[in-house]
Amino acid sequence: MNTAAISLPTPGPLLTRGAFSGVMVALLVVCAVAPALNLLVPADSVFHLSDYLVGLLGKIMCYAICALAMDLIWGYTGILSLGHGLFFALGGYVMGMYLMRQIGRDGNYQSDLPDFMVFLDWKELPWHWALSDSFIATLLLIVLVPGLVAFVFGYFAFRSRIKGVYFSIITQALTFAALLLFFRNETGMGGNNGFTDFKRILGMPIATQEMRMTLFVMTGLTLLGFYVFARWLVASKFGRVLQAIRDAESRVMFCGYNPLPYKLTIWTISAVMCGIAGALYVPQVGIINPGEMSTAASIEIAVWTAVGGRATLVGPIVGAFLVNGAKSWLTVAFPEFWLYFLGVLFIAVTLWMPQGVVGLVKKFKKGGQA
Amino acid sequence: MTPDLMEAGAQRFEKLQTIALPGQTESGGRSAGYGRFAKAGEVDTTHGRILYLEDVHVSFDGFKAINGLNLDIAPGELRCIIGPNGAGKTTMMDIITGKTRPDSGTVFFGSTIDLLRYREPEIAALGIGRKFQKPTVFEQLSVFENLELALATDKRVGRSMVFSPTGEEKDRLAEVLTTIHLADSASRQAGLLSHGQKQWLEIGMLLMQDPKLLLLDEPVAGMTDEETARTAELFLSLKGKHSLMVVEHDMSFIRAISEKVTVLCDGSVLAEGSLDEVQADERVIEVYLGR
Repeated sequence: MNTAAISLPTPGPLLTRGAFSGVMVALLVVCAVAPALNLLVPADSVFHLSDYLVGLLGKIMCYAICALAMDLIWGYTGILSLGHGLFFALGGYVMGMYLMRQIGRDGNYQSDLPDFMVFLDWKELPWHWALSDSFIATLLLIVLVPGLVAFVFGYFAFRSRIKGVYFSIITQALTFAALLLFFRNETGMGGNNGFTDFKRILGMPIATQEMRMTLFVMTGLTLLGFYVFARWLVASKFGRVLQAIRDAESRVMFCGYNPLPYKLTIWTISAVMCGIAGALYVPQVGIINPGEMSTAASIEIAVWTAVGGRATLVGPIVGAFLVNGAKSWLTVAFPEFWLYFLGVLFIAVTLWMPQGVVGLVKKFKKGGQA
Repeated sequence: MTPDLMEAGAQRFEKLQTIALPGQTESGGRSAGYGRFAKAGEVDTTHGRILYLEDVHVSFDGFKAINGLNLDIAPGELRCIIGPNGAGKTTMMDIITGKTRPDSGTVFFGSTIDLLRYREPEIAALGIGRKFQKPTVFEQLSVFENLELALATDKRVGRSMVFSPTGEEKDRLAEVLTTIHLADSASRQAGLLSHGQKQWLEIGMLLMQDPKLLLLDEPVAGMTDEETARTAELFLSLKGKHSLMVVEHDMSFIRAISEKVTVLCDGSVLAEGSLDEVQADERVIEVYLGR
């Protein structure tokens, strides 16, 4: 048979036509529609986007980045991390340290030192605050700190071939250990109060409508950027090796791949994405405390991903919006039932919607065509 | 030294000369007096052997799975391995591919590579491909993507991120797709293939790595007669280009492909020869029909 006659499947474009228009619409909404509705439309108009909603949407977009990061490691590589809250908090704390230093002498105690240090009767900055005055160093550390923690932890965990539920438990334990560490006043991270009462970022006041909008747009652009990046990763052979590791790891080894660097790379990328999300989150909500490292916070990230649909990329983003939208409504309407709702949601999705919302939509579409 | 001892020695030498391998000179193809460099990572088959196991022992919790196994395979040979359940066939493949460490013994790939010093991915990279009993293909990926993953190329993370097959590699992919009769299903999801097609796809994935030695564990289990016949055809076409070691229970399949059959029992070789020879061997009959 003539082998030249065989048509090999050619790789599709990075974004399908639908995905491309989706990204373009989102780009338009984030960069033009939302700022216009918030800043230009008068507050009494029905079309006005309230500051509250801008804050809420900005926050949810940070969560969506986390869900996207979780999808890369859980949905595509089959490694369930229950410690992504740690990386989110680390990024947030690095940003928080910078914002604390930006307060300058405007704190309650009018000291050069952050208020909580004055309160603890410390006389000078601890060593790990050395770079917190520089914005450039802060940007670097937002990537480096979560990245390095993830790399070192991941190296030892993956090298020991820790898998499945054991890996999940260890990540959970690591996060809990970090929670306890950050709770201590001696750690120099503000103890259980964490950092708050931020005044400025890059010398500009942080609580203005314009600054909120700027942070909102940056978060939206980061989310879209990460989405396209994740799409590229998943469409490359690297992404297919990850899926192969998820489905049959020993077979991957017999194909001549060493799974360790693959897992370690995606694990570290995922952690860095979470760290960046945390750094964008802190100036928007105005507080970071060890609560972000709580068990529930990390599990929630997994819930968003599962609800939206694992291994779909767009699913986790949808999931983060759906669950957090529901959360902001339910915690006001029925505050005591939120956690029950979350638990039931997770069980229901696992049992009846293994592909999540996106899977459900796909199913309906197929059913409609048939 | 007495004359009769010298005579016996001469006879033994004569005998050794006659059983020397066909096509091999006594110096293993080298010109006398010249040494050779053993090239690292390259299989040296000048001694006429691609795989060589000697006196291998493995026990699991006191159970001797492999007990003094001696076995060797020539380049381009298609060797069938048969034996009752628990004879150690799968354990032997585990040892060759680095999955199981033997307690003692020697396992050489060619004359120079001591396989016991390598780990699984390294052994795969050296040129030993293995097909498992249960077909394991990457079910979520397409047939084409499965083969592309198996392609012999730089398998580091950075290269994988920017990988795109070259013209030569595309030809190779097309060639293997044809060989395994899956050219029409290239974009199909592997999980949707029939059992026999999955087996072929897995064999195709082994071929993509261009292995020197192929280990196949029950390749026709669960196949229809027609699929079995096509598989036999496929194996015969691979013989010569690759060395194959096939573990199988299906005697008609073995009859169709084999030239030399090795019978394993209780972790060591019971008999070796053509299928008719081993089937006539009384010990083999005893093992198979029960004591």
